Amino acid sequence: MDILNALVAFLNFVFIPAAAYGAQLALGALGVTLIYGILRFSNFAHGDTMAFGTAVTILVTWALQAAGISLGPLPTALLALPLGIAGTAAMVLLTDRAVYRFYRVQKAAPIILVMASVGVMFLMNGLTRLLIGVDEQRFADGARFVINVRDFREMTGLQEGLALKTTQALTVIVAVIVVWALFWFLNRTKSGKAMRAYSDNEDLALLSGIDPEKVVRLTWIIAASLATIAGVLYGLDKAFKPFNYFQILLPIFAAAIVGGLGNPLGAIAGGFVVAFSEVAITYPWLKVAGYLFPGWEPGGLLQLLGTEYKFAVSFVILIVVLLFKPTGLFRGKSV
Amino acid sequence: MSDAEKAFGKRGNRDASVVNPRPAGTVDGSRRSGPVGPGREGDPFLIGEGMSGGYGRGPDILHDCTIAVEKGQIAVIVGPNGAGKSTAMKAIFGMLDLRKGSVRLDGRDITALNPQDRVKAGMGFVPQVNNIFPSMSCEENLEMGAFIRDDDIADTMAQVYDLFPILKEKRRQAAGELSGGQRQQLAVGRALMTRPSLLMLDEPTAGVSPIVMDELFDRIIAIARGGLPILMVEQNAKQAMAIADKAYVLVQGANAHTGSGKELMNNDEVRRTFLGG
Amino acid sequence: MSSNRQAATTNPWRAPILFAILAALFVMEGTMRNAMFSGSWNTALGILNMGLISAITALGVNMQWGYAGLFNVGVVGFLALGGVAPVLIATQPVEGAWNAGGSRVLIALAVGLGTLALAVQAWKRLRAGRGLAVLVILIAGFVIYRWLFDPAVSAIEANNPARHGNIGGLGLPVLLSWAVGGAFAAAAAWAVGKVALGLRSDYLAIATLGIGEIIVAVLKNEDWLARGVKNVTSIPRPVPYEIELQGNPEFVSFAQRWGFSAAEASGIWVKLCYMSLFLVVLLAIILLAELALKSPWGRMMRAIRDNETAAEAMGKDVTARHLQVFILGSAVIGIAGAMMITQDGLMAPVGYNPLRYTFLIWVMVIVGGSGNNWGAVLGAVLIWFLWIKAEVWGPALIGVLTAPLPEGGLKDHLLDSAAHMRFIAMGLVLLLVLRFAPRGLVPEK
Repeated sequence: MDILNALVAFLNFVFIPAAAYGAQLALGALGVTLIYGILRFSNFAHGDTMAFGTAVTILVTWALQAAGISLGPLPTALLALPLGIAGTAAMVLLTDRAVYRFYRVQKAAPIILVMASVGVMFLMNGLTRLLIGVDEQRFADGARFVINVRDFREMTGLQEGLALKTTQALTVIVAVIVVWALFWFLNRTKSGKAMRAYSDNEDLALLSGIDPEKVVRLTWIIAASLATIAGVLYGLDKAFKPFNYFQILLPIFAAAIVGGLGNPLGAIAGGFVVAFSEVAITYPWLKVAGYLFPGWEPGGLLQLLGTEYKFAVSFVILIVVLLFKPTGLFRGKSV
Repeated sequence: MSDAEKAFGKRGNRDASVVNPRPAGTVDGSRRSGPVGPGREGDPFLIGEGMSGGYGRGPDILHDCTIAVEKGQIAVIVGPNGAGKSTAMKAIFGMLDLRKGSVRLDGRDITALNPQDRVKAGMGFVPQVNNIFPSMSCEENLEMGAFIRDDDIADTMAQVYDLFPILKEKRRQAAGELSGGQRQQLAVGRALMTRPSLLMLDEPTAGVSPIVMDELFDRIIAIARGGLPILMVEQNAKQAMAIADKAYVLVQGANAHTGSGKELMNNDEVRRTFLGG
Repeated sequence: MSSNRQAATTNPWRAPILFAILAALFVMEGTMRNAMFSGSWNTALGILNMGLISAITALGVNMQWGYAGLFNVGVVGFLALGGVAPVLIATQPVEGAWNAGGSRVLIALAVGLGTLALAVQAWKRLRAGRGLAVLVILIAGFVIYRWLFDPAVSAIEANNPARHGNIGGLGLPVLLSWAVGGAFAAAAAWAVGKVALGLRSDYLAIATLGIGEIIVAVLKNEDWLARGVKNVTSIPRPVPYEIELQGNPEFVSFAQRWGFSAAEASGIWVKLCYMSLFLVVLLAIILLAELALKSPWGRMMRAIRDNETAAEAMGKDVTARHLQVFILGSAVIGIAGAMMITQDGLMAPVGYNPLRYTFLIWVMVIVGGSGNNWGAVLGAVLIWFLWIKAEVWGPALIGVLTAPLPEGGLKDHLLDSAAHMRFIAMGLVLLLVLRFAPRGLVPEK
């Protein structure tokens, strides 16, 4: 029984939150890695693109709620998501046309695109502030739990409870569907293969009749969609605060690099590696240890690091992986 | 170099966390094609006539250079290092700004077309290096070769596999894992997937072992026998001339000698200055 | 595609003219009272002083980026670390804090660093089973470290928590802390650079992004160090206090002769004192930087930047040079951080926002002109001026733009959020400069 209790505590406090967080990071990192593969630079505006997309989605959600439309037990934001994606994609395509394309045609060094992305980051940040302000917004509605602690206890008779929030379940389900769709697209469709071809060899792709501008547009649209979905899921799971979306840039970059920049499979693995390490290292293991080793009183929380240092974890994981595998867990090369 | 390049120089290009070290493309994909004009009476299948030009604003590399390929024949461009052999081929393919001269293919003047549209017009081009998609499987490489086609490509792919059986064997393997010779076969196969009316090979045997080289030449002859005209740049002049219906010796970007492969091999001057005796 | 929008040889008068325009802006801020300017010398000098600190920060970034092409996105961290120095050096010692656990904290930190050093040595020296050995060393070291560290920290934080709860300072002159701030930042830069620059290709950007976040997190949460979010106030000043000046009859009569009230004049006087100090530091750093750049070392740096491969082939140790310049640049940023905290008299870690202290500095460097020290200074002061004034001008602009709109929710919303216009403005400035004058306002020679 105690082992079961320990397992439940582990699932409740470590596994489920980390899986949801990992899915959010993976979606964010996929966007970063796609841009890196196709456009050859790390997009510093990605966090703010996530915030922008989420802000648009929240506004639409509010409008839907005001009109009395809801999805029953599911958050209304899901209904608003397509519009949020459309708005973000339009915004991102606009920045590409107005900013990035000029340097691409010039065949400018990618570091210039990095600089430009810093400018776009400021713009997006300001726009998001204009749209929705800097305060925390909660927009999750519908049923709060799939399983709540009390039901679980009554169901199983265990001492330890387990809660599965709707948003957590939703995050993982949506992420799985999105990732499946993305991989199907990249590996099975002509346009997806064209993207991979372009990221492998720009010149040859061009000489094969692949239109680079089309590939780039497609990449931006996919990245904007991934960013919006990741942002909305993160916002549903926690809360929407523009500054947090800026800060999440570090774990997202870390995930993309740990997995191997430019490699989508790596981005997903990296997202989960970072998320699980972050949660596991900042979780006080006292409770789990209490079940596993009855009678042992360690005199502390058995917490390796305070939660406020979760960013340190992504950093350390990153450094360790880079020290031993400089190209990331999966070799970063293809889209 | 653009202003932005000048401003930032080589800064930041080492930092792999922000900058993808993969080199950018060199072909200007944004250039639009001009109109296609009529060809001339009595033209060969392909002719690049009186071509002068160089890269960007740089000095001219080609000087009034003429290259032609007749239907069903193999033409080779040979010459010493730096003679502008590859440049001449790139000029025919539209990767170079021509100041003078014209390129005509199959009764059309295609001088104003960009490279992408020349592929659509029937040219199949195999670059000397970076001529495959390394992370994609062999089969996907061939599919990408046929990107501009909307019809069924299965037959063409079967033909390519017949020609290069090793590719069929390795069709699920990433192209980057192939050996040098296999890569070149894949590169040629990729170009054939568009069902071109002319195949252009830029030093297909560069960097492969002599045995592989012989095999590659065999395949190229086989392709030509199938009726596809071939224009080829080659380092190994003797072997190239041996299979050539027509050979062009370029020196400093200009035609030095022209003739059938046999004629040139028997030409004293060519032998002395170029073939080494 | 090259278009010579910026001529290769720039007008030698360009920089002086731009600096004159900048000076004129500050004079207008000090003298003209209207919708655009405040007409207060106190405000103008306040902006200028912070602009000078930004200029020193920008100089540090410019050394790393302009001389070596290193992309540092953790400026905020080095700045914050420099800011710790005034707290630890200049504030008065906290009674009982050292006895509560000062030495134990030091020992714990030494154990922590020693563990890392030992692990590195074990990894380098051992052959078989080194992974296991390193793991054991790290775990053992961590346990000992936490065993030493946690009680000491609790004891220090329990010591008079309402007023102190931190380790306290040494009560030394605050100017000394500027150098110490530089040293702190340099030490952090050494650690980051050693790891991130030694890899096959650099991962410096992401490493600095990470260390920046971590340093700020440490400052926010380690109450024993600088009271965390409870802030440290009353950090001593190197210049007189306004109250003292106002109580000094000589100063009051001096102010009245110039036509200022004592309150206003004292503020201006203090800010002028700070300005002089900052200018001395700024000019000294520029002088040293220019001398260094003209020395053989500087020539080598530029050679490496322009052609790394060739420099490497000539036997130059590129990584070591990069590490040097990264440390130097970070030290300069650390000095600026210490100066900033000294001027504010307050250590408030929540204020360290990367957008403001990392990316805005980058806007300054790019706008000023990468690789040009005077450009960095010009860019820094100008961008800082715009950043502050955009807060005033943004709402004014929105007010004009929304005038034709009917009264209602949208108009109110736009007017309310007009202060955020500064972010959009900065983004636009950066993008426009990048597009139309990529070499910056004062291009590198």
